[in-house]
Amino acid sequence: MIVELGHFTLLLALLVAVLQMVMPLWGAHRNWSSWMAVGQPAALAQAILLTFSFCALTYAFVTSDFSVRLVALNSHTLKPMLYKVTGVWGNHEGSMLLWCLIVALFGALVALFGGNLPDRLKARVLGVQAAVGVAFLGFLIFTSNPFLRLASPPMNGQDLNPLLQDPGLAFHPPFLYVGYVGLSMSFSFAVAALIEGRVDAAWGRWVRPWTLLAWLNLTIGIALGSWWAYYELGWGGFWFWDPVENASFMPWLISAALLHSAIVVEKREALKSWTILLAILAFGFSLIGAFIVRSGVLTSVHAFANDPERGVYLLGITGIFMGGALTLYAARASEMQAKGVFSTVSRESALVMNNVLLAVATFVVFIGTIWPLVAEMAFDRKVSVGPPFFDAAFTPFMVLLAFLLPLGSILPWKRANLSRSLRTLWLAAVAAFVVFALAWTVQTGRSLLAPMGALLAGWLIVGAAADLWVRTGRGGLADKLSRAWRLPRADWGRVVAHTGFGVTIFGIAAMQAWQIEDVRTAQIGETFEVGGYSVTLADVQEVEGPNYISTLATMRMAKGGHEEAVLTPESRFYPVAGMPTTEAAIDNGVFRDLYVVIGDEQPDGSWAVRVFVKPFANWIWAGAIIMAIGGGLSLTDRRFRIAAGARNARATVPAE
Amino acid sequence: MIRVLAFWVLMAGAALAVEPGEMLNDPVLEARAREVSKGLRCLVCRNESIDESHAELARDLRLLVRERIVAGDTDEEVVNFLVSRYGEYVLLTPRADGANLLLWWAGPALFLVALAIAGVYLRGRREIRQPEALSEDERERLADLTGK
Repeated sequence: MIVELGHFTLLLALLVAVLQMVMPLWGAHRNWSSWMAVGQPAALAQAILLTFSFCALTYAFVTSDFSVRLVALNSHTLKPMLYKVTGVWGNHEGSMLLWCLIVALFGALVALFGGNLPDRLKARVLGVQAAVGVAFLGFLIFTSNPFLRLASPPMNGQDLNPLLQDPGLAFHPPFLYVGYVGLSMSFSFAVAALIEGRVDAAWGRWVRPWTLLAWLNLTIGIALGSWWAYYELGWGGFWFWDPVENASFMPWLISAALLHSAIVVEKREALKSWTILLAILAFGFSLIGAFIVRSGVLTSVHAFANDPERGVYLLGITGIFMGGALTLYAARASEMQAKGVFSTVSRESALVMNNVLLAVATFVVFIGTIWPLVAEMAFDRKVSVGPPFFDAAFTPFMVLLAFLLPLGSILPWKRANLSRSLRTLWLAAVAAFVVFALAWTVQTGRSLLAPMGALLAGWLIVGAAADLWVRTGRGGLADKLSRAWRLPRADWGRVVAHTGFGVTIFGIAAMQAWQIEDVRTAQIGETFEVGGYSVTLADVQEVEGPNYISTLATMRMAKGGHEEAVLTPESRFYPVAGMPTTEAAIDNGVFRDLYVVIGDEQPDGSWAVRVFVKPFANWIWAGAIIMAIGGGLSLTDRRFRIAAGARNARATVPAE
Repeated sequence: MIRVLAFWVLMAGAALAVEPGEMLNDPVLEARAREVSKGLRCLVCRNESIDESHAELARDLRLLVRERIVAGDTDEEVVNFLVSRYGEYVLLTPRADGANLLLWWAGPALFLVALAIAGVYLRGRREIRQPEALSEDERERLADLTGK
């Protein structure tokens, strides 16, 4: 019954979304305020209806109602409750319902908190957002309905995939969806502004929080996914440049560009049409990502490739939204006259460089991702584009970005004095060279990778501190501290996020360059040396888990006679799923991770073991979290929070 | 997405990527084998090199690479041998020839174009455009209005 109600509210939500799309847009066009006013209650109603649908589906999963086809295919009575719940979005249909729910929730947020938006713009934003909702609700209902029943329900569900029962994996999709879908909000604002034919500083201010929210959720989602890969795959890789990962990385990069260019719109009323274009493209990359992941086009060698019908539908959605928005853009972009005037050496210019680099980097990822498809269709060549390509083609742009970033972030608006700004950064430059030299002397190999990573990280982190130093003005330390405390949160956000970027760069470079790996067979009781640690394979046992059989090894890691860690790597076998998994054991540390994996027993009774020492591994994800915190700080800035203030400020400005 | 991610591991046995038994005794040759393996794709995996993959096929390819190296092939010969056998799909780094040049040059080319556009834009923003001089008609109207 509840499932049927959920199904019913889903259909109802589609109807409401159609109303929410048509009436406010038409009302705004004809200037009928009663029609425009429909957007707000409709957005709330749609969100409530979809929330109910989502709860109904969750209920079906929690109660293991196997008469629902989706539950029968994707759940099992033996699953722990937590993973029954996360199983709701662990499949195509459920995750699409979550996607639609988030689209509607974002619409409802605008309806609730968009009090400072002019009525017409708000109506248009809600209308465009509803159009996105209609497209995806249609997709959900007509190609992937989660509420379909089975005529003869099975006794138990089919899925007890042990790999999916993992927190890192179970919780990263909602973050990613908030990110992808959050960009639909920037898109709606962009399209609404194009329909209005007007973009001003206020628009830049309104669009920025949504972009920030999307970006920071993408950051968390990507970091969680990468962290999962790190500890689960058994050799400690954290990024594969896989089409599915790229699908989330492209929107991340482009939304990073967008949230920087929106600053220029807000503060200086320049870069308007470019910012609009970025907002359209950012959501475009979200749509392309959904297409890549769900159509299986780029991963067609694999068994899980989905229904082609879905792919065609998603391609259609992408085509209609991008085609429509870009046509509108072509027609209207010329009306966006920039006001701000600035010299070539200025923060505006630096942000333009930021955008150039991020946009080109996004494009490199994009072409690398789709090239296998293009090469096969257009040139009849079956090629792979793997990590070495991306490392070579993508990294230089990030290096350049990191070089320019500290300077760009302290340049004043309008007109800057390059040598004065550079003088502020002398300490950062010195720090960068010190860590470079330190890294160079510490390492034994001659690779430049780690010292360069250290150089960039030092430059970025001390550069961010210098940024803060400059912002707090003149005077003694006490003055500076008290001023730092009162700085706008957006300034703190910028400093923190840039620091995080430096931390991540260092983590990636150091781990890749300094990782020590040892693969060998060891007898029980045998001790061997790996990277200064003496490793003892103390014991190997067969252990029975709740639903698996495990080969559990005990390994002691000591350094200089002092025991640092006792690690218990496992190799599990799940009889129900007929599937083995590798459970690496990791001793996390600030300066290094010890990462051990146990393999098979050899004919002579010894065991295959793999030991890694991964220096600074955690810095990669710590940096990502710091970036997300920076985004969060920015998001809480007064000027985004105080709606009334913004409205009063507007009221004093004569209309047009 | 979850399914897709899980695929890596579905392909996996409980085994390690490079197993001790496969490794060559000569550390120099083994290091070369590892390096070559890192650039070769495990054909049934997702963007994983045969060095990282747990799949059965990756193991066969690792053994093949080592066989060729022991037989005295140079790194390049080993790679060419695998390409002749499995096609260029096996290379994780696409060769920079023919149509692939598009792939390799697209990024740098776009960067240069973007720099040029940005340069033109920034020059354009440097000064306030002077309003155009008054036309003859406007001048007459102005003269009328001011009564001169």
